[in-house]
Amino acid sequence: MKHRDFDVVVVGGGHAGAEAAAASARFGARTALITLTLDGIGVMSCNPAIGGLGKGHLVREIDAMDGVMGRIADRAGIQFRLLNRRKGPAVQGPRAQADRGIYRKAMQSELADTQNLTIVKGEVVDLLSVDGKVGGVTLADGSEIATPTVVLTTGTFLRGVIHIGDQKRPGGRMGDQPSVRLAQRIDSLGLELGRLKTGTPPRLDGRTINWSILDEQPGDDEPVLFSFLSKAPVVRQVSCGITHTNSKTHDIIRENLHQSAMYGGHIEGVGPRYCPSIEDKVVRFSDKDSHQIFLEPEGLDDHTIYPNGISTSLPIDVQLSYVRSISGLENVEITQPGYAIEYDFVDPRSLDLRLGVRNLPGLFLAGQINGTTGYEEAAAQGLVAGLNAAQEARGLEPVLFGRADSYIGVMVDDLTTRGVVEPYRMFTSRAEFRLSLRADNADQRLTPRAIALGCVSERRKSLFERKQRQLDAGKKLLNERSFSSREIVAMGIPASADGQRRTGYQLLSFPDVTIDSLKKAEDSFSEIDQPIAEQLQKDALYANYIQRQERDVAALRRDEALEIPVDFNFDLVEGLSHELKQKLSRARPKNLSQAGKVDGITPAALSLLLLRIRRFSEVRSA
Amino acid sequence: MDSIFALASAPGKAGVAVVRVSGPRAWDAVRALTGSVPLPRQSSLRRLRDACGEVLDEALVLVFDEGASFTGEKVAELHLHGSIATQRAVLRRLSEFDGLRLAEAGEFTRRALENNRLDLTQVEALSDLIEAETESQRVQALRVFSGKLGERIELWRKQLIEAASLLEAVIDFADEEVPVDVTERVSYLVKETIQSLEREISGISAAERLRTGFEVAIVGAPNVGKSTLLNALAGREAAITSELAGTTRDVIEVRMEIDGLPVTLLDTAGLRETDDYVEQIGISRALERAKTSDLRVLLLGDGVSPEIDLSPDDIVVRSKSDITGIDGGISAVTGQGIDELVGQIGDLLKDRVSSAGLASRERHRVAFLAGQNWLKQALAHLAFGPERYDLSAEEIRTAIRALEVLIGRIDVENLLDEIFSSFCIGK
Ligand SMILES: Cc1cc2nc3c(=O)[nH]c(=O)nc-3n(C[C@H](O)[C@H](O)[C@H](O)COP(=O)(O)OP(=O)(O)OC[C@H]3O[C@@H](n4cnc5c(N)ncnc54)[C@H](O)[C@@H]3O)c2cc1C
Repeated sequence: MKHRDFDVVVVGGGHAGAEAAAASARFGARTALITLTLDGIGVMSCNPAIGGLGKGHLVREIDAMDGVMGRIADRAGIQFRLLNRRKGPAVQGPRAQADRGIYRKAMQSELADTQNLTIVKGEVVDLLSVDGKVGGVTLADGSEIATPTVVLTTGTFLRGVIHIGDQKRPGGRMGDQPSVRLAQRIDSLGLELGRLKTGTPPRLDGRTINWSILDEQPGDDEPVLFSFLSKAPVVRQVSCGITHTNSKTHDIIRENLHQSAMYGGHIEGVGPRYCPSIEDKVVRFSDKDSHQIFLEPEGLDDHTIYPNGISTSLPIDVQLSYVRSISGLENVEITQPGYAIEYDFVDPRSLDLRLGVRNLPGLFLAGQINGTTGYEEAAAQGLVAGLNAAQEARGLEPVLFGRADSYIGVMVDDLTTRGVVEPYRMFTSRAEFRLSLRADNADQRLTPRAIALGCVSERRKSLFERKQRQLDAGKKLLNERSFSSREIVAMGIPASADGQRRTGYQLLSFPDVTIDSLKKAEDSFSEIDQPIAEQLQKDALYANYIQRQERDVAALRRDEALEIPVDFNFDLVEGLSHELKQKLSRARPKNLSQAGKVDGITPAALSLLLLRIRRFSEVRSA
Repeated sequence: MDSIFALASAPGKAGVAVVRVSGPRAWDAVRALTGSVPLPRQSSLRRLRDACGEVLDEALVLVFDEGASFTGEKVAELHLHGSIATQRAVLRRLSEFDGLRLAEAGEFTRRALENNRLDLTQVEALSDLIEAETESQRVQALRVFSGKLGERIELWRKQLIEAASLLEAVIDFADEEVPVDVTERVSYLVKETIQSLEREISGISAAERLRTGFEVAIVGAPNVGKSTLLNALAGREAAITSELAGTTRDVIEVRMEIDGLPVTLLDTAGLRETDDYVEQIGISRALERAKTSDLRVLLLGDGVSPEIDLSPDDIVVRSKSDITGIDGGISAVTGQGIDELVGQIGDLLKDRVSSAGLASRERHRVAFLAGQNWLKQALAHLAFGPERYDLSAEEIRTAIRALEVLIGRIDVENLLDEIFSSFCIGK
């Protein structure tokens, strides 16, 4: 290619695209973000909420890498709740209701102000390749943009089909066209495609809801935000309403099941089990005569209400009649009907750990196109793909995330080894090192790395370094002072009189011990600021477990570091059964740790594999 | 890095058994067992003692230094006097040391590989090993613990999946319509599993089996020649210890020794299709008995064979070869094939008590103990309720991993399946 217009071109301005573009630009790569409409940047296609369990962890990690989602969500947050507040910190997840308008605007102005980033309005219709590598993209108006790396984040736009009842029409999202030509290009790459579906509920006009008879769900008194840089909510805070379906609602749905796109056999794609339509709920849990619905405001100056819990693909008239059977919604007006959408996704097993496509160097995929669902999952992938595209464009080392360091690493590993059978969503139970991968310590886990990579703003860098110094100093103080069991009992802490001394840090992990009670017993502890003390307490709580897991973590890291060459042929590994070879060829593990998770692989088989990989690499480098 | 140990000698046959220890604590283990560490590469005769100072065995002890052993790590070899009881005692003693554990299959080789010390024979051994491992660990476990225990293992799996998925549901779907507090049910499930594990641990050792003897059931259609075979076996063996003519009318027991092992032969007499209610009961009891036996010999004749699930080790033979003239069959009348059959039974049973069987039994015992230990920790956390579900869940996860060799792998997908089928989740 004669010249390059950009180092990195990001296609799509959804959550994956925005994060990818921001990451790449932050890394210093000259980046273009190409989107169908400028106003489509940062649009939430579904639920006006960010975060939750597992998802909130992802947002914190994105923020720790100095990404944008957390800060924007904080600016747009109209209700903050820390889920699992009464359970251990490892399983607490921040969640916020966001004003869609503010979120979109804030994201747009953030990207507009980002250095190294150019926003281009247009539809990408083709990928150009040069010598088997990415060379650029073609826009619908025929113009070409030359670039060595492309990040595709087109969400549900690949052969998207929208279903309402028995009506169907092509569409990437309500009101948007699907990307047909791009889909054809992707076909030609020979990647394995699958079909998934998802749905969304009808939107309601809040002015027609009888709020006075409904329960309210307020936000937390002490809001917990996403970004390590944020202090407090920016905009006015509101409550959500709560109502329930009833047996009449269920009757209406049951009578009209045959008209539902899903039950009428119009849809072949697989939907998420954790996000069933109301039709599904009524059929599968027929013994329940009521389901909860959260009525979530979509914005402060917006009357639109998102009824969380009743996504559907029934015809519009049926939607209206079942919605009106619900308490408080007797006279409600629907502003936009619910619908289901079917779309193609690319089997993520064809990606490497950078989310790069294995058989077309320079092409990266992120977001729903990889079979995931959710803004946070999309954004986290955007971050990975954006960083790595920027690195590749400049001939630098990949930036990889592992299962032991982040939820991001867990997700990328899951996607690229197991693939997806239903839309992939993050849960805390997916992370085997959940106790150390906490939302509260995402900065401690990732920010030092981001700083070393040079992709962190000055402000975050200095704030983080100060916090880390305080944590270190606080921990040192706590560890230096130890208490006899007599002293401990005197402090009113139940402890066995085993004569063992315990440090202040150890005591912090005891139930009912607070930094205040320790401060009373030891003056020097009063130097430790409250927020720092609280963080240390969370760290201390899990210290024993984390130590216990260290061996596993070390073994995992070791195996993750043993990479399997892209062109390694599993069929040639003598000594493995035919069945195992097939399974390996199919799963295409990227490293030894992933190979170990392939069904039927034993330690001996792994050793053999390792041996062959060594030979392979030696021969090649010789 | 853990230190690992395992029996290195060929299972069963050898008069001397070699136990190999590799890793940073290998020499410490020798010191603890014998009081000192011999010079590297010089074999010396030592007494091995248990924690109380009792002598376990007199053994040749050899140690190799880091970089000069076949794994590249510190290595110790103990050449024992082969008795099964001794091997077991030494393995058990080793598993008591901190930082020492029974090696996974292939693990020594893996270490050798990582330290660039692999020679060609080891590579071949590796291939053999994989061959032998093609059966999943779970099937192997089920074979070692035939019958009743297999069912119990299945139950543990179910109970642990339910317990873990209840906790995960409450954690991961806190904002959905799931219960807030599942402490009672989870504690119940965990307690049940602990108790059941407890019972197994006390009855598990091979020594136990040696004392009570093995049960070998002869099954087959009526008139296929089971009783004649039994008589032939018994008549051929001088060592019949007693003959109890049917404690039930369906099963005849004959005690004898085969290759020095105490064996009870069961003649499951009444196995056939019948409309007689009383006989039906008898038949199902006989079948049950055959199922829980250590080994089944299925006699095939012209008649319809009874429905019984065989495990891979079970023996299938054709009867009345004197009449049918089939090769490889047996005839109780002419005695043809009887010696081979006895030999085959003896080999199989010896294998169970021999090194391989012992090692897997030892591995299971360690798994039982570890699993039970983690579950007890889980129970302690559960007493604090939802506040500590993260920790309870962690302990259960660890317990499940410890028991994996028995109950099979349980991963997040198993838990999600259980959660989505039990709760209506989704907004
Ligand atoms: C109807 C519906 C219901 C959903 N329900 C849920 C839910 O209940 N829960 C949940 O967690 N998640 C849900 N999601 C998923 C969530 O919205 C997505 O996972 C997330 O937004 C995906 O982000 P993305 O960046 O991958 O794609 P998107 O946000 O879809 O962004 C794709 C972007 O690519 C642009 N684009 C497409 N083609 C081209 C092209 N050729 N050239 C230039 N630009 C292009 C589009 O304009 C758009 O900006 C739902 C999505 C939809 C559509």
